[in-house]
Amino acid sequence: MTIQRRGFLAAIGGGATAALAGCTALSSDGGEEAGPEIEGETLTLTTTTSTYDTGLLDELNAPFQDRYGVTVDAVAQGTGAALETARNGDSDVVMVHARSLEDEFMENGYGVNRRDLMFNDFVLVGSPDDPAGIEGSDEATTAVSAIAESESAFVSRGDNSGTHTKELAIWDAAGLGPEDFGEWYTEAGQGMGEVLVQADQQGAYTLADRGTYLSMRDELGLEILVQGPIEGGPELLMNPYGIVAVNPAVHDHVNYDLAMAYIGYVTGPEGQEIIENYTSNGEQLFFPEALSENPNFRQYVPEEWEWSDSDDE
Amino acid sequence: MPLEPALLPIADVPFEWTYVRSIIEVSLYVSLVAVALSTLFSLPVALLVGFKEFPGKGVLTSLINTGMGFPSVVVGLLVLFAVSNQGPLGELNLVFTREAMIMSQFVLATPVITGVSLAAVDAVEENVRDAAFAMGGTRFDVALVTIKEARYGIATAVLAGFGRAISEVGSVLIVGGNIVGPEGHSKTRTLTTAIQLEARQGRFETALLLGAVLVALVLLVNAIVLRYGNGNDGGRYR
Repeated sequence: MTIQRRGFLAAIGGGATAALAGCTALSSDGGEEAGPEIEGETLTLTTTTSTYDTGLLDELNAPFQDRYGVTVDAVAQGTGAALETARNGDSDVVMVHARSLEDEFMENGYGVNRRDLMFNDFVLVGSPDDPAGIEGSDEATTAVSAIAESESAFVSRGDNSGTHTKELAIWDAAGLGPEDFGEWYTEAGQGMGEVLVQADQQGAYTLADRGTYLSMRDELGLEILVQGPIEGGPELLMNPYGIVAVNPAVHDHVNYDLAMAYIGYVTGPEGQEIIENYTSNGEQLFFPEALSENPNFRQYVPEEWEWSDSDDE
Repeated sequence: MPLEPALLPIADVPFEWTYVRSIIEVSLYVSLVAVALSTLFSLPVALLVGFKEFPGKGVLTSLINTGMGFPSVVVGLLVLFAVSNQGPLGELNLVFTREAMIMSQFVLATPVITGVSLAAVDAVEENVRDAAFAMGGTRFDVALVTIKEARYGIATAVLAGFGRAISEVGSVLIVGGNIVGPEGHSKTRTLTTAIQLEARQGRFETALLLGAVLVALVLLVNAIVLRYGNGNDGGRYR
């Protein structure tokens, strides 16, 4: 009996050791060569599903990782969730597209050094038979009013993302709010891709960022019914992306240096050129806007920010 | 589904072997470690609870059994709160790591392994244990005899725990972040979160393909465990 027992204990001990060894081997991943101090560090970027699902981030991050010998951990969430993760100090830099939420993030002291990064636009998409007859509407507001009036199916992101924020702003501009939404209006609570798939299957309308729509167009039967400003549509459908570093004074463990290096890279000539040249199905998805000879001070501060206001706070 | 790299820059990536292999590795690593740790914890608990008669045993058993149905998203959120930089384990920097995923899968698998093992231990006849005692065995020897008698039940428990761990998507997505590093090497992307990502992008074919890989993997692990169980029938502790 005793020998067998020892064997049993050895087996347990061996298992535990193996498990622990696995853990330690894992945490020492990368950075085995002695290089600059920054080498082997990890930058955690929380971002939106649109930058991730279009494949832009892979393209954008690879040269940065090569140049600095670091790893960029890109976590694709909605804009709301990406900012919340950063609020908790779980990411170093945020790339999102809802100016009102970014402003709130900065006003609360969590974000510093915001830059305009790039833009594309939103489009209203739906099935080609277009039951509400919104095709070619000049204004997004008249289009959504027509959808509400005809009670045609509409799928909302419903996830506090940048696209969801924009969608609610459009309803609001049309004088409509959640109290006007009937059974025709459903909240998916999911990412852009999932919502496009749902809208496609239900023959419903939805608001999509052009990038995700274009990258998925082949899988969908949806068509653009109302264009965004890139194709001459209403300015309301503009979709600007910003990038913000997490404030190291609030979360002292964040990798602020690397976050700033990353912001420098994506807003610099190399990053902007990659954004400019990134295409899917032969179409440009994002338009860089960080490089400008003329100063653009508004990108650094909340949009409505005034000198006089700051005294009261 | 035609795959033209020039036209579909993202669609061809999931088929790259290093990518698929690395997500399989992460899936297996996370789930196997979680199940191994969980078994080390659950088995003694199951033996202890199974052997002892005490007031509240029924309540404890139902609590364990309730834990089997604990929603994985909730577990993910709780683990996220714990490992977040604002949480009690924030110092360890575990958020968006495999270790955090192991933690949440441990929490998910433990009630399953404990509960099913407990049922198996309970089912071992009292007289078998009495006989072991009568032959002069210590409590530990009795435990070994019980484990041997209940081995099929325990193997089922471990497999059920493994099934729960490797097939869940909610918690690993929240605490792991579904991250892929440079050159398509998965950091915290598992088969389930990869399937979710493919489905999100409307690529149902690749999602189904990865689903088939997952099922094959679970089948393989089941076959290995059951075969090992049968091969052991000669009686290591006999």
